Amino acid sequence: MTAYLARRALQAVAVVLLVTLIVFGLIRLAPGGVTTAVLGSGSAHQQFLAQYLTWLGRVLSGNLGRSARLNESVGALLAASLPRTLVLTGVSTVIALLVAVPVGLLQAVRRSSAVDHVLRGLTYLCYGMPPFVLGSVLILYLAVDWHFFGAEGPQAAGVGGVIADPRDLTLPVLTLALVTIATFARYMRSSALDSLGQEYVQAARARGGGERRVIVSHVLRNSLVPVVTLIGLSLPQIVGGALVVEILFNFQGMGWQIWQAAVNHDVPVTLGFTLVIGVAAAVGSLLADIGYAILDPRVRISRP
Amino acid sequence: MTAHQAAGDKPGPVRRLTGAAGVSLAAADPAAPVRGSRGRHAGPAASPPGAAAQRAAVASRMRRGLAACRTYPLATTGGTIVVAMAAFCFLGPLVYHTDQIHVFLSQANLAPRSGHPLGTDGDGTDELGRLMTGGQVSLELAAAAGVLAAVLGSLWGAVAGYLGGAADAVMMRIVDAGIAIPAVILLLLLTSIYQPSTAMLVLVIAGTSWLSTARLVRAEALTLRMREYVQAAVVMGGGSMRIILRHIAPNAIGTIVVNVTFQIANAILILATLSWLGMGVQFPGVDWGDMIASATQTISDGYWWEILAPGAAITLVVVAFAMLGDGLRDAFSAVGYDAVPATAAEADRPVRGPGGR
Repeated sequence: MTAYLARRALQAVAVVLLVTLIVFGLIRLAPGGVTTAVLGSGSAHQQFLAQYLTWLGRVLSGNLGRSARLNESVGALLAASLPRTLVLTGVSTVIALLVAVPVGLLQAVRRSSAVDHVLRGLTYLCYGMPPFVLGSVLILYLAVDWHFFGAEGPQAAGVGGVIADPRDLTLPVLTLALVTIATFARYMRSSALDSLGQEYVQAARARGGGERRVIVSHVLRNSLVPVVTLIGLSLPQIVGGALVVEILFNFQGMGWQIWQAAVNHDVPVTLGFTLVIGVAAAVGSLLADIGYAILDPRVRISRP
Repeated sequence: MTAHQAAGDKPGPVRRLTGAAGVSLAAADPAAPVRGSRGRHAGPAASPPGAAAQRAAVASRMRRGLAACRTYPLATTGGTIVVAMAAFCFLGPLVYHTDQIHVFLSQANLAPRSGHPLGTDGDGTDELGRLMTGGQVSLELAAAAGVLAAVLGSLWGAVAGYLGGAADAVMMRIVDAGIAIPAVILLLLLTSIYQPSTAMLVLVIAGTSWLSTARLVRAEALTLRMREYVQAAVVMGGGSMRIILRHIAPNAIGTIVVNVTFQIANAILILATLSWLGMGVQFPGVDWGDMIASATQTISDGYWWEILAPGAAITLVVVAFAMLGDGLRDAFSAVGYDAVPATAAEADRPVRGPGGR
């Protein structure tokens, strides 16, 4: 178990390094020699490696660079936009879980019933509808026509500013939650179907457990394991923000910042933000595997 | 209807492909119940040997096809919608003529009315005709990108899974790193570096999408390479490339075919997102994402038809491809889109590309 986790942790480090290399390489391909302007040129022969190592050295000492466009350090920008994004994605992920777990479970228990078909249709719809379409439709009716909510996300600075403005926060959260529900419910349904067919469920029924008890303490508990994995794997999206939703609702979070940086060729910001998201992805995938090993003893035993 | 739906729905939790035999059996299965009818028609009525026998053969083949459709209603519905949408986009303009080139400002932003069943957009262009023109671009690019991504990913995954060891570790860490960077950011970087021409868009979309296929096919190849027939091929002196192309890849075909449909669905979403961000199809070309992008600019004026029409088109096609994929997966009972991931490493990219969160 320890050896397995140690190996996974090493892999995670390798992945993070590769992420930085890919992003750095891509940005260096960009026209205009921006990287050279920011990082200086090493010897002509080893330019790429020298620049990469210079940047990596600075990052490791905690300096993510400085945006010349905004005249602010990347760290400060991160500190400003990460909490805002976490409120948006955190709230919508929690809502999505609260809806998707019961929905998926219900679909699995009432499999192939009218309820299952209707819910399946709805999850298909949320899966197929791009967030900018869903968000636009919500704005069109709930904000423009009926004035229930604001058409823009909260504009006040900081976490306090976001939370203090539920009227404007509702539509971005709703858009994101609906999109997430579609994925989570699909996983939950197929995971619960998987559990329902297991022998421990039969055994619980044979022991005379009531249907409610069997579903809640056997099927539900075991079906949640893959969902935990899914949450771990969603970590980069939770940290990286919902780029499309943030742009649509003009919500200054991580996704919005990274989009502005990419469009304006703001290299330090793009690199810094992508690095943070890459680290989140590596950590999330590691956490997912650890969580899985903790929750499911079979994984622990069978793994070398 | 419901009974058939239930049958098609069944193999939801099935997770492992059963290999060569499993695939071909599953594919042939739907034909089995009616196969016997061919003999009945071909037998006594054989006096005019040519035409009648041929007609009977055609009829029996059609009956078998219908039976297959009834066994997998999900795939049939999805496939029908896909074909219908393709016909709408490519054949529609032959019937419904519109001027998609000139700007008519006096006709701008008209609500649906006779002559303009879906209204007009901000340039005064007929929305229904634009839906067809834009759909051609969306469907063509997405199909090309989806197929390319699936082919690239399958080869990468098959090679990694078959070789194993250090090569596998390195190849899969590259995939991990690629997946760690949200696709939309990769796409932003790539499209801001390269001018988004049509070919470049296809390459860029495929270049960010092949990763999930690689994971899927690698998992498949890991189990396939232990099969006796692969071992036999190795013993007989087959080279790695030959074994991957002739033995591993063909036996993973169920997984790959299912994956192609999801890749196309995903490519439609990615392309629409890129165009919505202004980095996709460039003026004067147009696709569904572009149409929504210009409608988003004037959203507070309440021109609902400019958002609902292309929005519905995208949603319909993506859902249709997803249904087709789910149905095909049921038919192949292969590892697919909503199979439960055993570990994080085995899981497919959890939330769809850039459109996702």
